[in-house]
Amino acid sequence: MSTSQALSVTSLKGEVTALVVDDDKVSQVIHHHLLNILGIENHVVGNGKEAVEIHLSGKKFNLILMDRDMPVMNGIEATKKLRDMGIRSTIAGVSSHSVSQERQAFIEAGLDDYHEKPLSVAKLLSVVSKIMHKA
Amino acid sequence: MRIQILEAQCSNATASKVRCVHSQSAAVYIRACLSLPMKMANGDLRQQLATMRQLLLDEELLDEQFIQLEELEAEGNPNFVEEVFSLYFRDSTKTLESVGQMLKKTPVEFDKVDRALHMLKGNSASVGANKVVNEVNQMRGLIEENSFESCNATYEQLKKEHDELKGKMEAYLQLLKQVEAAEKPRQGNDQGSASDTESS
Repeated sequence: MSTSQALSVTSLKGEVTALVVDDDKVSQVIHHHLLNILGIENHVVGNGKEAVEIHLSGKKFNLILMDRDMPVMNGIEATKKLRDMGIRSTIAGVSSHSVSQERQAFIEAGLDDYHEKPLSVAKLLSVVSKIMHKA
Repeated sequence: MRIQILEAQCSNATASKVRCVHSQSAAVYIRACLSLPMKMANGDLRQQLATMRQLLLDEELLDEQFIQLEELEAEGNPNFVEEVFSLYFRDSTKTLESVGQMLKKTPVEFDKVDRALHMLKGNSASVGANKVVNEVNQMRGLIEENSFESCNATYEQLKKEHDELKGKMEAYLQLLKQVEAAEKPRQGNDQGSASDTESS
C-alpha cells in the first residue's frame, strides 16, 4: 500500500509514541521519518544501553523498534533488560539477520513482533495495528 | 569535442543515449546537461531524470526500497532521498575502506570483516542498493565457506559496484535538484536575466 493510502487508513496523532533503537544512522533516519508520517511521535537512540536509560528516566513508549546488532548493549540484551524492568510496551525486533536460529534467540528475549530490515510502511502498519488492538 | 556531441544529444534524449558505457561517461553526460539551463526546457531535464531513474531500476542497481524512500520524500520531507543517500555513502565508503585495510593484514581477521560486511548489508538494503547487497552477500558466503582466496577478488567487485552506484546517484541527485529548482515559482522579474550562464 502506498504511504498516502496508509495515511488515510490510520490516524495516530497523539495516540502512539515510539522509540527507535538502532546504531545505524541510515536506519535511524528512515524509521524516524516513517513514524513521523504515521503521526507517531518518536525518539531515537543509538544502542540498547541508551534505550534502557531512557526508560529509567521515566519515559514510556507504546512501541519500541529494536535493532539487533548494536555496540555497548545489543537488542537481545536490551529486550531482556526492559522485560525484566517490567516494561510491557510492544517491542518489534528489526534486523538484517535471516538465519532462523538467530531470529529465534531474538524473539525469545521478549519480542512481540519481528521484521527484517528494511522496514516499510506496510510492515510498520502491521506492527502498529497490533498495538491498537492491544489497547 | 565530446561535450558538444553530448549537448546535441541532450535535446533529443532517448534511453539509448543515456545508456552510457560506464559511470564516468554518465557523470560527463549529466554535467553537460547541467551546463545547459538556458537552452533546455525543464521538460527535457525531467525526461532525462525519469530516464536515468528508470535505468537505475531496470539495471537493478536500485530496488523497491528506493521507491519506498521516494514515497517518504513525497510525504512532505524535502531532500529526504538526498539526505539518506548522503548518510549512506558516508558510512559505506568508510566501511569499505576499513574492510580493505583488514584484508591487507596478516593474518586476516575474518570475523571482523564479516561484522563490517553485515553492517554494510543492512545499510545498503535500507537504501535499496540491490547490487551492492548481492556482492556483500557473495563475499560473506565465501567467508562462511572459508574460501578466503577468492575474497580479495570479490572485495574488488563489491567496491566496483559501490563506486558505480555512488557516481550514478550523485549525478542523479544533482539532476533532481536542478529539476526541482527550475520548477520552483520564480520570484522577481525573469526577463532573460542570467545571460552570463550560457555555456560556450
